[in-house]
Amino acid sequence: MSILINKNTKLLVQGITGRDGGFHTQKMIDYGTNIVGGVSPGKGGQSVHGVPVFNTVADAIKATGANTSVIFVPAPYAADAALEASEAGIELVIIISEGVPTLDMVRITPYLKKKGTKLVGANCPGLISPGEAMVGILPGGIFMKGNIGLMSRSGTLTYEMVYQLTHSGLGQSTCVGIGGDPVAGLYYEELLQMFEEDPETDAIVLIGEIGGDAEERAAQYIKKHITKPVVGFIGGLTAPPGKRMGHAGAIISSGTGTGAEKIAAFEAVGVPVAKQPSEIPELLKKLLKI
Amino acid sequence: MKIHEYQAKEILARYEIPVTKEILCYTTAEVETAAEQLGYPAVVKAQVLTGGRGKAGGVKLVRNAEQATAAAGQILGMNIKEYTVEKVLVAEGVSFVSEIYVGLTIDRNTKSAVFMASKEGGVEIEEVAKDNPEAILKFAVDPDLGMAPFFARKIAFALFEDVRLVNQAVDLFTKLYKVFIETDASLVEINPLVITSDGKLLALDGKMTFDDNALFRQPEILALNEPSEDEKKEIDAKDKGLSYIRLDGSIGCMVNGAGLAMATMDMIKLYGGEPANFLDIGGSSNPQKVIDAMNLIISDKNVKVVMINIFGGITRCDDVAKGLIAALEQIKITIPIVIRLSGTNSKEGLEILKSANLPIVETMSEAAEKAIALSVDFLR
Repeated sequence: MSILINKNTKLLVQGITGRDGGFHTQKMIDYGTNIVGGVSPGKGGQSVHGVPVFNTVADAIKATGANTSVIFVPAPYAADAALEASEAGIELVIIISEGVPTLDMVRITPYLKKKGTKLVGANCPGLISPGEAMVGILPGGIFMKGNIGLMSRSGTLTYEMVYQLTHSGLGQSTCVGIGGDPVAGLYYEELLQMFEEDPETDAIVLIGEIGGDAEERAAQYIKKHITKPVVGFIGGLTAPPGKRMGHAGAIISSGTGTGAEKIAAFEAVGVPVAKQPSEIPELLKKLLKI
Repeated sequence: MKIHEYQAKEILARYEIPVTKEILCYTTAEVETAAEQLGYPAVVKAQVLTGGRGKAGGVKLVRNAEQATAAAGQILGMNIKEYTVEKVLVAEGVSFVSEIYVGLTIDRNTKSAVFMASKEGGVEIEEVAKDNPEAILKFAVDPDLGMAPFFARKIAFALFEDVRLVNQAVDLFTKLYKVFIETDASLVEINPLVITSDGKLLALDGKMTFDDNALFRQPEILALNEPSEDEKKEIDAKDKGLSYIRLDGSIGCMVNGAGLAMATMDMIKLYGGEPANFLDIGGSSNPQKVIDAMNLIISDKNVKVVMINIFGGITRCDDVAKGLIAALEQIKITIPIVIRLSGTNSKEGLEILKSANLPIVETMSEAAEKAIALSVDFLR
């Protein structure tokens, strides 16, 4: 088991004929992900790395039975691509594209909810269930199958954490990059619940960031609903207020969303927070008693 | 992206939201003429792209020509949080009975626009939020419904009892939501929105910021952009695919990925140092980026040591290593460098660096410790 993706995932790549879409299609195939088709309007009938290309998501589902779609199209068209996937019946949509307008995300959210489509991203590295499937742009080689569930607002910081975990012999069930934008799909609470229910996940790592109050809310959620051990990390403790450090979400404004507040919120509910990435494995081992 | 108050109010006025009569001025002489034209009392307000101008003395009420001249002289050229005041807005003085706050922004939790309103307008809303959070009413706007008439009425009745004010407010809130959506704003705020002595709603101030991701489809908004010197450097960096923010410390940082870049700054602080910048070289493997990044870092004369922290995912460590070697051949660098490479193709990358005799460390914490030690040595 794992969450969201596994061996049975049948993946579509929207924007497969683009530079990034094509490059990462090959990487995902190399990892062993079951990519059944690509979508690129007007390029139906072609093939990319042996993957058949369709004009519409509906055509692709009809021919392949796809249930998941990853979006690499340019940011101005990403929200529309997600709507197309949702309307056609895709269950899980992952938007990798960076720079999607916030109001586009606001507009598509109710429709996806109505259709029951789960969304990861935008502006995220994707997700991986090691040994089963990788969807997105994650460097598969650093991951190892195991029992730690991980969620993160940041890409490279995730790699750093995973590298530490794998080197300490702690494998992962699923790692999810939730993205750095202010309005994103699946967030801490939904993912915490999925990991709680996943029999193969024994502990959870939550990598947060300054800005907003999602970490504070997650802390409350953990207190009420999560029985598995959770370890936290907060990036950007030293970032100056009002500056956008790459992630639009990572802005401290007027005394809310500071790192100190988030650490306090986690510690108050018994979630230890690592001061630096290398402390994460030790904290986990202590909680798991290994 | 931020804009000035006068620009925000021009946009609000275009949507027929009532704003004060006002004139933008660049010189003391212009201020005198403008105040004369609008009549006394008038208000002279600094136009700078930062908050806190009231506290800094950048807003003055003037009752005659003499006071107008004095205020203009004081405010023009004034420094507010490192911004020099180059223009002021002269606005008509308005007599009012109460001040209200209204604003729209994006709420991450409801994933929708949220309308904020408070009867305690006229003061900094952040302070109200801290001291008396119940005084701020929040209404999540359903993206499918938008500002439906019933919804605008609901907000208006929460603020006003007089039905004449409610009717004006419904109209104003509907227009405010329209501005927010149509301009891809991330914030639109009227503080204060006043009830004038003759019972009319009027915007005395206006503030708007915009979603940078949406500027591609908002050419009229983009044309209003006035980047500061630091922001120009940041924009120039962005054009080269780098995300750069200058800070005050002495340890220059080059990192791939925004999250890791923030964690690197945290690590430097944790070990007692001060980062000189945030710099994310992004996800690609172009050696030219490393050269550009190095030039950018050393253009800051406070930098005493450069710490490079790369975790190869999409970025390939051997490409970064090649870029570094090329950069060091092109640029004369007299300060020490500490490098940490890990992840995709790190073995190849480390081989390349070894042959060039560059100092390499294995972990992030070692890199931070070493960089701090070197920065201290360098000062001696």
